[in-house]
Amino acid sequence: MTVAASRLLWDGCVCFVGIGLPSAAANLARHTHAPSIVLIYESGAIGARPEVLPLSIGDGELAETAIAVVPIPEIFSYWLQGGRIDVGFLGSAQIDRFGNLNTTVIGDYAKPEIRLPGAGGAPEIAMHANQTFIVMKQSPRSFVGKLAFRSTAGFLDGHGARGRTGALGAGPQAVITDLGILRPAPDSQELQLVARYANVSDDQLMRATGWALRRTPHVAVVPPPTMSELQALRALHARTRRARLPAASISATQEPHE
Amino acid sequence: MAIVSLQSAIASHVRDGQTIALEGFTHLIPFAAGHEIIRQQRRNLHLVRMTPDLIYDQMIGMGCASTLTFSWGGNPGVGSLHRLRDAVERDWPQALMLNEHSHAGLAAAYVAGASRLPFGLLRGYVGTDLARVNDTVKSVTCPYTAEILTTVRAVNPDVTILHAQQADRDGNVLLRGIIGVQKEAALAARTVIVTVEEMVDAFAAPMNAVVLPHWVITAIACVPRGACPSYAHGYYDRQNAFYLAWGRISKDRALFQDWMRRHVLDVTS
Repeated sequence: MTVAASRLLWDGCVCFVGIGLPSAAANLARHTHAPSIVLIYESGAIGARPEVLPLSIGDGELAETAIAVVPIPEIFSYWLQGGRIDVGFLGSAQIDRFGNLNTTVIGDYAKPEIRLPGAGGAPEIAMHANQTFIVMKQSPRSFVGKLAFRSTAGFLDGHGARGRTGALGAGPQAVITDLGILRPAPDSQELQLVARYANVSDDQLMRATGWALRRTPHVAVVPPPTMSELQALRALHARTRRARLPAASISATQEPHE
Repeated sequence: MAIVSLQSAIASHVRDGQTIALEGFTHLIPFAAGHEIIRQQRRNLHLVRMTPDLIYDQMIGMGCASTLTFSWGGNPGVGSLHRLRDAVERDWPQALMLNEHSHAGLAAAYVAGASRLPFGLLRGYVGTDLARVNDTVKSVTCPYTAEILTTVRAVNPDVTILHAQQADRDGNVLLRGIIGVQKEAALAARTVIVTVEEMVDAFAAPMNAVVLPHWVITAIACVPRGACPSYAHGYYDRQNAFYLAWGRISKDRALFQDWMRRHVLDVTS
């Protein structure tokens, strides 16, 4: 999934990166086919080139390797709203058939069963980036018929609804999952399966999707990871693990600031 | 501006029921100051922070807060803030009112606050449910183009608390690295308290580094490692292992209370 997601980014692309899977995929792209990709993190790091994957969106590694570090109001107003971003790269807890995202609650907003972290930068990333890619695991709990809360707009109810809001960005143009790749249908903007991994069955896809998943007439097979992609990904994860090792020996019960 | 102890700064300036912002986007989070507020048992605070992070998880779990204004409430790269969740999902230790934004929206609200404008302006929240649940998110028609733009009510904390790398002898404060919305949060507030890693005779910083001049600051306390387990660029790294461990500590109420007693309540600042 990380490899498939990384392939969608191109060299020189300006990518506003969410933490976690998007960050892993974007850094893999930078270490493989897209060495000149510009990674922008919402903490204000522009052109970050981390050697290890950051745990948080504001790790020191991002600031140290960035071309520039700017204040938060600037990153959202001048850079994102200003239309300087090619790709917004997001994760999510839930997605619906039109690429709308829920990262806020499961259940009722006022008294939720599960309170999720919330929207963060995503609503405006999805609104202003020229296009967004979403990377997340596909399961009936995450690919749902109806979102409990719309934290971030994709294509709303589809059929041109997004365009009528005046949003300039083209919205979610690819959803990369652990089963395949979905893209919006041209007319309805409903997400449809365009590619799957070689070992994924129809039954798996059906069971992992909370709506009747449509597919293009010819569903492609995602080429397996190449040796160099796998090596780059493993090296990235190994460096990240090593970097976290010294800190991992610190006792969890150590007084943090005394 | 007064150079005082952290204990005295909190005792003098932070009152029950106030709106308080402890800012710092992942970096320079004023943990020591938050812990002092917990020790001094402030109650019914309206806490404001873009990312509540572990410090607000701790303050919420210890019963300091009745309202939270925020835009992303997770443990970065780890998962949930369990004390925040427990307050929202089960009213423990008390109910928590949420005033929830997106990052762009809350940043705009701070900018408006610092500019002493009634609201911030952006293209945002379109097509989301956030505006439905937050009555401080509205819209206005542009007088030049007739475009409908989103507005967010300005945020003006009673007290903003920051952690910074250095203060000089006159009480000017230097921040560098990831600077988040600290400048805006400070200038939006009536009272500004800053903890610093060290006091210096003069800053050796480029002229465009963020310096908050002494006359916008109410009190400074020198608290080395005051941002730990977050980090202070040039001084110490983020304790990512602690952030990972917090998931386990915070998940259980008794474990959380025991940790807070041993590492915060029973510690003198």
